[in-house]
Amino acid sequence: MKPGPYYQWDRRLHPPAKTPDYKTSVSRSPQYSLISLETSINEMTGPRFGHNDIDPLDNDLLGNYAKPGESPIGERIILHGRVLDENAKPIPNTLVEIWQANAGGRYRHKKDTYLAPIDPNFGGCGRTLTDENGYYYFRTVKPGAYPWRNWVNDWRPAHIHMSIFGSAFAQRLITQCYFEGDPLIPRCPIVQTIPDPDAIEQLTAKLDYNGTIPLDTIAYKFDIVLRGRRSTLFENRLEGN
Amino acid sequence: MPQELNYLKQTASQTAGPYVHIGLAPGAAGFDIYRQELGWDIAGPNAKGERIRIEGLVIDATGSPIKDVLLEAWQANADGIYAHPEHPGEVEEGFRGWGRVITNFETGEWGFDTIKPGPVTDLNGKVSAPHISLWIVARGINIGLQTRIYFEDEAAANAADPVINTIEWEKRRATLIAKKTERDGKTVYRFDVKLQGEDETVFFDI
Ligand SMILES: [Fe+3]
Repeated sequence: MKPGPYYQWDRRLHPPAKTPDYKTSVSRSPQYSLISLETSINEMTGPRFGHNDIDPLDNDLLGNYAKPGESPIGERIILHGRVLDENAKPIPNTLVEIWQANAGGRYRHKKDTYLAPIDPNFGGCGRTLTDENGYYYFRTVKPGAYPWRNWVNDWRPAHIHMSIFGSAFAQRLITQCYFEGDPLIPRCPIVQTIPDPDAIEQLTAKLDYNGTIPLDTIAYKFDIVLRGRRSTLFENRLEGN
Repeated sequence: MPQELNYLKQTASQTAGPYVHIGLAPGAAGFDIYRQELGWDIAGPNAKGERIRIEGLVIDATGSPIKDVLLEAWQANADGIYAHPEHPGEVEEGFRGWGRVITNFETGEWGFDTIKPGPVTDLNGKVSAPHISLWIVARGINIGLQTRIYFEDEAAANAADPVINTIEWEKRRATLIAKKTERDGKTVYRFDVKLQGEDETVFFDI
C-alpha cells in the first residue's frame, strides 16, 4: 500500500469565508465557490525544515527574549501536545510556529496600540519541530484577553496563534488555541466563525494537571489534527475495477 | 465495536489576524529575535533556470489593496522537481522551493525573487504548465486561500494545463496568468489577486 491523496478539507467544521459577525471577512471573502482539484504532486509535497533552520531555545518564550536573569510577567505555562493526522498517525519533524500577546493582552507589534504595556522581557513568538512521535512543546506565559475593533465592545479570549505545516502543502494550517473555561470564548465573533461546537471544543487547550511542573509551570495540552490520507490499494482504472 | 470508525476530526482553521508578522516575520513586526527568519530565499544560490521576480497586490472587494497579508509560495525547480522525497528526482543543494512574503504596510505591494519553475510531470503522467502555488492568509481570511500563478509567456503549456482546464468559465482563467514585464533587464511578472468582486481570482479547494 502506498500513501495516496489527502482526505478532503472537512468544510462543515472549518469556518466559511464570509462570516458577517466578524466584519473584516465581508470584504475579504471570495464570493465564487472554490474550484475543486484532484490532489496532484504539487499539493502532496511541501517544504521540509530541519534543526539548522531553528535554534533549540526558539520554543522557550519565557527565555527567548528575556534579559539575562529576568523573565516575563504572567502565569507561566507549558503548551504541549502532538501533531496528528485524521488517521491518528503522528506527523514527525514538522514546523510549528506560534505568536501571542503578553500577559496584559498587548502584542509586540508596531501596529498594536492597546493601553496595556509592552513587557520588556517578552517577545511573543516561538517555533519548534515535532519529534519522531509528532510531539511538541512550548514554555510561555498565558496571554491576556484584549479588546479589538469589530462591534463597539468585542474582546478576544486568551489565545495563542499557531501555524503548522504538516508533511504536504495540502495540510498547511493556521489556527488559534484557546484555554478551557474562558468565558469570552462563546462571545467571540472570530471563534464563532466555526460552525461546529465540537470543533470549537477541539480548539480549547485543556488543563493538564499531571503535566504541571510543581512550583514552576502549569501545563495545557493541545493536540492538532491535520488532514489524513488514503492508501492506494488499487490504482483507479477508468474502465472500473 | 469492531465497526467503529476511529478517524480524528480536523483542527479548525482560524484567521491569522493582524499580527501574523510577530510569529512568521518578526522583523516586520519591529523586533529582532531569531537567528534567521524562514522563507526569504525560495530558490537558493545554486538554482538553475531563469531568475525572475513576481510582484503584486492583494485587493479586497472595495478595490483597496490589503496591507496586512502574508503569502507563501510553493514551487518546483527549473526541471519541474519538488524538493520533497515523494517526488522522484533531485533538486539543487539549497533549493527549498518555498518562501513567504508580506505586504508593505503603506502600499500593500508584495514581491519575491525566485527562478521560473519548469513544467511538472505528475505521478500519473499528467503534465502541468509551469506554475507557483500561492497560499494567502490575513485578518478577515478565515481559512487560507489557495491559488496558482501561471506565466503569460507559456501560452501553449497553459492551454494544455489540466488545472486551468478544470475552470469552466474561460474568462476566469485569465486571473491566474501573471503578466510579463521587464525592469533593468530583469523579468518581472505582475500578479494581482482580487479576493472578491469583478475579476475575482480563482481559488482552489486542493
Ligand atoms: Fe490575536
